[in-house]
This record gives sequence, C-alpha cells and structure tokens, in this order.
Amino acid sequence: MTDATDPSAQPAAAPQRRSSLLQLDERTRRRNAAEARFRLMGLIAVTIGILAVIGLISSILFNGASSFRQTFITLDVYLDPAKLDKAGTRDPEAISKVTTFGYAPLLQKGLVDTMAAQGIALDGLTAKQAAELISKEAPAQLRRYVMADVSRIGQTVTFDVLAAGRIDGYFKGRVTMESAALDRNVSPEQLMLADRLKEAGMLRTKFNLDFFTAPDASDTRPEAAGLGVAILGSAYMMLVVLVLALPLGVAASIYLEEFAPKNRFTDLIEVNISNLAAVPSIVFGILGLAVFINFAGLPQSAPIVGGLVLTLMTLPTIIIATRASLKAVPPSIRDAALGVGASKMQSVFHHVLPLAMPGILTGTIIGLAQALGETAPLLLIGMVAFVREYPSGPPDGFFEPAAALPVQVYNWTQRGDPAFVERASGAIIVLLVFLVIMNAIAIILRRRFERRW
Amino acid sequence: MYDNPLTKRDAVTKEVKISARGCQVYYGDTHAIKDVDVDIEDKTVTAFIGPSGCGKSTFLRCLNRMNDTIDVCRVEGDIRLDGEDIYDPKVDPVQLRAKVGMVFQKPNPFPKSIYDNVAYGPKIHGMSRNKAELDEIVERALRRGAIWDEVKDRLDAPGTGLSGGQQQRLCIARAVATEPEVLLMDEPCSALDPIATAQVEELIDELREQYSVVIVTHSMQQAARVSQKTAFFHLGNLVEYGETGQIFTNPQDPRTESYITGRIG
Ligand SMILES: Nc1ncnc2c1ncn2[C@@H]1O[C@H](COP(=O)(O)OP(=O)(O)O)[C@@H](O)[C@H]1O
Ligand SMILES: [Mg+2]
Repeated sequence: MTDATDPSAQPAAAPQRRSSLLQLDERTRRRNAAEARFRLMGLIAVTIGILAVIGLISSILFNGASSFRQTFITLDVYLDPAKLDKAGTRDPEAISKVTTFGYAPLLQKGLVDTMAAQGIALDGLTAKQAAELISKEAPAQLRRYVMADVSRIGQTVTFDVLAAGRIDGYFKGRVTMESAALDRNVSPEQLMLADRLKEAGMLRTKFNLDFFTAPDASDTRPEAAGLGVAILGSAYMMLVVLVLALPLGVAASIYLEEFAPKNRFTDLIEVNISNLAAVPSIVFGILGLAVFINFAGLPQSAPIVGGLVLTLMTLPTIIIATRASLKAVPPSIRDAALGVGASKMQSVFHHVLPLAMPGILTGTIIGLAQALGETAPLLLIGMVAFVREYPSGPPDGFFEPAAALPVQVYNWTQRGDPAFVERASGAIIVLLVFLVIMNAIAIILRRRFERRW
Repeated sequence: MYDNPLTKRDAVTKEVKISARGCQVYYGDTHAIKDVDVDIEDKTVTAFIGPSGCGKSTFLRCLNRMNDTIDVCRVEGDIRLDGEDIYDPKVDPVQLRAKVGMVFQKPNPFPKSIYDNVAYGPKIHGMSRNKAELDEIVERALRRGAIWDEVKDRLDAPGTGLSGGQQQRLCIARAVATEPEVLLMDEPCSALDPIATAQVEELIDELREQYSVVIVTHSMQQAARVSQKTAFFHLGNLVEYGETGQIFTNPQDPRTESYITGRIG
C-alpha cells in the first residue's frame, strides 16, 4: 500500500524523501480529513444535545412560567356580623362554626357592590353568574382571613380573591371566547365581564406566592393548587436520606475499601452493591411497601417511609462514588501515614478521607438529586395521595402524610382541567431549580474541599 | 566530602539492634525472601544492595511490618528488635512503626503544609504538651533533615510544592520527628539529582550518630560512600553480609563479585 512495503518503489522513493514541509503528503491529508470528520461528528452530537436541552427547558418554561402569576379580583367585602357572628359575642369558637358556605354570599355581595361602585354593569348576567368569576377557593381564603382576627367582623375590608381557573386561563391565553362558548364552566359573557373588570382595575394578574406555599387543591379549583406540602414533604425526605445514606454509605465504603479482607464474601458484597445501583426504582417501592409499611407498620404517605426507600436507592450511588474516590487517593499517602506510626484508622481519617471528600460530596449530592426526582417508588408507598394538611414540624412531621415534588407533578398531569398542565410545568420548574441549586452546592463544596495542593 | 570512604571506617562491632533469623517472605506462591539471617547494628548505616527484584524492599518492609498492609504477603521466621520478637501477636505494628521509621523511594509528603507534615507524627504520638514544644520539635526535625534553612520562612506552604530533593528531605525530617530508633530508607535518592543526593547522603551520615539506618540502594557508589555494613541480596537470598570495605574490595562470594563489577544486575 505504501512505498515502504513495496521494494520496487524504493529507488523511486529515495529522491522524494526530501519532500517540502509546505506540501502535505497523502498520509497527512488523510489523517487530517479523519480528524476533521471526527471533530464534526462530535460537534453535531454536542449540538443535538444542547438543542434537546434548550427545547425541553423552553417548552417547560413556556407552559409553566405562567403558574408563577395568578389572576386576582380586588373586592370590598362587608364582613356582615349578622351572618358571621349572630350572637354578637365575637367568640372565635362560635365564629369557627360558620363554614365556607356562610362566606360565599358575602363575596357575591361584595363583588356586585364593588362593581356597582365602579359603574360596571352586569350586562345581563345574574349576580350568581358574576360570582362565578371568583374561585371556589375564595370563601375559604376569606374565612381564614376572618379567623385570623375576629375583630375584623363588622368592617368592610378590601380583599384580593383568587379568580376562577377559567378566568385566569383567559388572561393567560388558555381560554378563548370560542372555547368558552363550548364550556359548561364559563360563558363568553363572563369573559367579557372579566375584561371590563380588568379595565376598571378590579382584576389584576400578579406574582403568585401561594404556588410555593399553598397545599394542593381539588380538581375543580386548579387556581388554588400550590406546592407547599410537596416541597415540605420532599425536604423531609431529603433530610432523612441525607442523615441516613451519607453516614451509612461512607462508613460502608470506608470499611469495604480500607479494612475488609479481600475474600469471596466481600467480593459478593461488592457485586451486590453494583447490582443494587441498577435495580429499577419501582422495585425499591415494592420493598418499601412490604417492609416499612406492611411489616414495620409505618404510616402510609409519610416522608419517613419515602425517605427510607430513597435511602436504599441512594446508598449504592454513594457507596460506589465514595469507593471510587477512596481508591483514587494515592497509596503512597497511606504508606506515609503508616510509616510515621499512624494507625490504619488515623491514616484513613486524617489523610485519605479528606482527600476523597470532594468525590464523596459529589456522589452524595448526585445521589440526593436522583432521590429528589424519583417518582415510581413513592407512588407505591402512597405518597400520591391527595394531601391538603401540612405535616407538622420535625420529628412528628416525618410520620404524617405529605406529598413529594415529582409525585405532585405526576398527580397534576393526571387531572382533567387543562389548568393543571400549567401547574405541573410550574412544579417541574421548581424541581429543576432545586436540582440546579443542589448541583451548585456540590460544585461549591468541591471547590472548598479541593485544596489538594 | 567522602574522600576515601573505604578506609576511614571503624571496624568496632556495635550492639545488635535488629536480628533476623530464618526469615521467609511469600507473596502468595512467590517465595520472595529465602531464609535470611542478618544482624543489623545500632548507630550504623547498613546498605542493602542487589539486582532489581531480589527482595531488598521486601526485606526492608519486614523490619517495620509494612508488609502487613499487603494482603497476599506472608512473613515467617524470627525478627527481633532489641531482643523482642516484632511479629509476636502481642506487638502492635503501630507502636513498632513509631520506633522503626521509614522513608520511601518516591517522596510522599502529605498534601498539607510543611509544618503539618513534620508535626503530624509527634502529634499522634502525643510527644508535645503545647504549641511551643511542637514548634521546637518541628524545627529540630527540619534541621536534622537539613532543610530548615530552605523552608523556615514558609512553613505554611504546601509540602508538595517543594522540589523533589526538598520533598525527600522533608520526608526524612518527618520520619525523624517521631524520634525513631531505626530509620529504614528504600532507595531514598533514586528520584533525586546528584546535588540533592549528596545532601541526603550527608544527612544519612549525620543520622548515624543517633540511629541505626538501613538503606536500600541501587548505586554501589552510594553504598560505598554512606554505609559501614553492606548486605548483598540475590534472588531472595542474602548472599553476603559484612563490612562495606570488605564487600567491595574482597567479596567472598562469586555472585557478589560479579554484581559489584557490573556483570550481573
Ligand atoms: N506487592 C507485591 N505482590 C506480589 N509480589 C511482589 C510484591 N512486591 C514485590 N513482589 C515480588 O517480590 C520480589 C522482590 O521484590 P522487591 O522486594 O520489590 O525487590 P527489590 O526492591 O529488590 O527490587 C519481586 O519478584 C517482586 O515481583
Ligand atoms: Mg525496591
């Protein structure tokens, strides 16, 4: 193929040996072409990857960003003592007996009165139809407001109430006049009324803090659904995972890597740990259901059970990462420590572990991030339940029902009202932000520990 | 520095510090050290020479039980330090290693400051009661490691940032900081340039005043320069052991002669 292997070409090749550096020979040209092809392929791969990420993120942002804003209607509500406190004692006990049904008429009256004061006509709508612009959650909002301070009864207060989901959707472009004509829940006339309210400044779209703090809401009131319980539940679970998986994982890795004898038994353990990392997560859910709930009798939907299941899932990740970073510490450091008379344990804790720390932290945070986004096992242990009550503070809260972020996303995507698609995308954004924060923490911690001179 | 190393030796026999009898070492099925008997004297530099892979390092590591850290390694026979069996089940190898320090072939300072490198041993052995005492120990060790003048202004600088020769002297300082009785050195100069080598050799000669030093070396000139006793290993056997002058001028065994004249190795 080449001149060198062909003896007959030898004499002819001899003068060619003094080739010019400015002229590329055939071999170099081919090598350069191969290199260019490879670089191009790499570039294409990277571009596809980046485009996929951009597409994904922009679609989520496009769908979900609007969940951070919410439409409110501002009303002057007269907190009628005749309705709320018939006895006139201002006794919170007695007032708490008035259910949200007692508050709904106050809101309806407030809306009609405020509209009249602003000179906005009902235009053929009944007062009841106009009141449908207000969320079904609003009476509960108002009731909480009154219960917080019963002396407000008898006053006329200016109150921001949630607009109904369809009205909110109208201002976010989800609901149109055409779709409203076909919709049992909203009519074009109601939308036109909403337009007039907006013109008069009674209706505004503003930042929606409740999305982060409020609990989930039922199918009929997507406008009130929030992530409060899910964020709290996820935080509790991460706490359980961190507190259990980090020490267990690091201790197990140190033992296996530094102290355990190398024999069949430890080989078996090693293989098992590697395999455990590859077990589908739903299997851990079944295990959790069988062991923690059915056998140990822990409550369903509780963060402690979710945390335990996720700990089992995270342990192999942490162990594998920790062992890899322990292995990466040069043996000469161990020799040096032993050589000056340090014990095995001193050499590990004083010298090996600090050097392995960046790797351990990265592994742990990657494990935690995986656990944070894990859905399947949580479905099996009942975390998919509809939970409106906040779990209490630790430690009791660990045993009370809670939701979890990824499960909340799943949950919302299963609901009929299209407003929940927006909520689910919003929840995904929140989840992603948490993941980004965790990764940032991993990087910062690594930088801080990585003073390995 | 060492004008006529072979003549200035005192031939007085000193106290025996370490004695090995019938020492065998196996790595799994490999028989790396075969029936070695040797008496290492106090306040003497003993050199181990021999071709690569003949078991010099292996035998050296037996003397402070560093071989314990190798799973497949098995040591048999009797090795005594001051008459006490160091492989007795009652002996804690950590205590032994505090008495028998070691310097490795490749300089291996801890990735910590120069000060912490030297202070680590004294700290874990509780050799100082306060910071001032520790400072003193560190300074003395660095002086004895002949590196004090070079690093006294930057004790907080990382030990790994020094040059190879400085790192090795730092490692020697670290080893002497714990006041060992025996210092084992496994080819301490193999990674060093001639100037750093000369400094380390000078240092070894000074250390002899207080310690029993055992040095493994590939360089016969080095063995001749620094040691009083020389042991020649070949294929796991201790072929010849005696006064350095005698080994180099009048070897008894033909294998020794071939090695020092450059015919094997
Ligand atoms: N950790 C080990 N595992 C198995 N065999 C080893 C190990 N270390 C050394 N050996 C073997 O023991 C013999 C002696 O090695 P060594 O003591 O390092 O020789 P030297 O230091 O004289 O060059 C060699 O044959 C080597 O292959
Ligand atoms: Mg060696």
